[in-house]
Amino acid sequence: MVLFIIIGMALVTIIPRIIPVFIVNKLMFKEWINNWLRAIPYAALGALIFPGILSVIDGKPHIGILGGIVAVILAYVGLNVVIVVVGAIATVFLLTM
Amino acid sequence: MASEIKQMEPSERRQAVAMFQEGIQAGFPIILGYIPVAITFGVLAAQSGMSLIEITLMSALVYAGASQFMGVNMIAASAGMIEIVVATFVLNFRHFVMSLSFMNEVRDSFSFKGKLGLSLTLTDEVFAVSSIRNENIHKKHGIYFYLAIYIIAYLSWVFGSFLGGLLGEVIPEQLSQSMGIALYALFIGLLIPTVKKEIKFGFIAIFAMLINLIASQFLSSGWAIVLGTVVGGLSGVYLLKEKK
Repeated sequence: MVLFIIIGMALVTIIPRIIPVFIVNKLMFKEWINNWLRAIPYAALGALIFPGILSVIDGKPHIGILGGIVAVILAYVGLNVVIVVVGAIATVFLLTM
Repeated sequence: MASEIKQMEPSERRQAVAMFQEGIQAGFPIILGYIPVAITFGVLAAQSGMSLIEITLMSALVYAGASQFMGVNMIAASAGMIEIVVATFVLNFRHFVMSLSFMNEVRDSFSFKGKLGLSLTLTDEVFAVSSIRNENIHKKHGIYFYLAIYIIAYLSWVFGSFLGGLLGEVIPEQLSQSMGIALYALFIGLLIPTVKKEIKFGFIAIFAMLINLIASQFLSSGWAIVLGTVVGGLSGVYLLKEKK
């Protein structure tokens, strides 16, 4: 039974992922749609960060915010993404001690 | 892919390998974020009674973190199959929008086979890294850069789940809990440098955050993220218009 659930979950996840491959070369998008699609990565980053970051620690949204602020600062001064990630982890770790 | 590399001229091969290595570096932060979350997934799934094979298979076939946690919870609560599959579809539909965006970017650069291979294992994180690091799309053998990102992310997720299912909690709870911020920090680390270069990308992201925040009051988090991404991205029609 679990196996069937896994296969069902896989199908409804994979089909939306691959459909664009079959359509992008058949369609010529108007310029405004291309601009829309080019903005998707930045919009997706925004939507993935907030408000999800508030629930890093259940019931303590300020910890997620503080971890995020540290990440913003580290990224802003131009540090490598690995250091940004490690810095944010360390912040949350210290705050939850 | 390996056979294609073998058939290349030595200088070509060096280029392809260099691209692949650069991709591993670019994708490394994803590993850092995936391993602890995948281990946690493996532990939870094992606790809820799934076998090691089922756990690894779910990660290998579904390969979408949030939906897998949800799936395990619903299986444990003995929810029906249709219910679980529909909820998974809703939660993962955002990948359609992301795939459409990335595949449109690479439409003329990568072969059909290459695009199909990448799209199969597209996640939030590989999409984000690949889209921000778009400088290699039009380079010769640039696809190896993206292949590396997609492959190491996939392997770390599947391997981490297996490890969690096999060994249980190998990472102390406080540390693994703190590592929950890793993927958010990755997204921030990708976004900030582009905003520093051009503030308009920041406006698009903030717009999407606000749409997501409002939508999440009424909708499930899956639809709220889709709406935030699609409607937030609409601001690009105006903001990214090329001045002629």
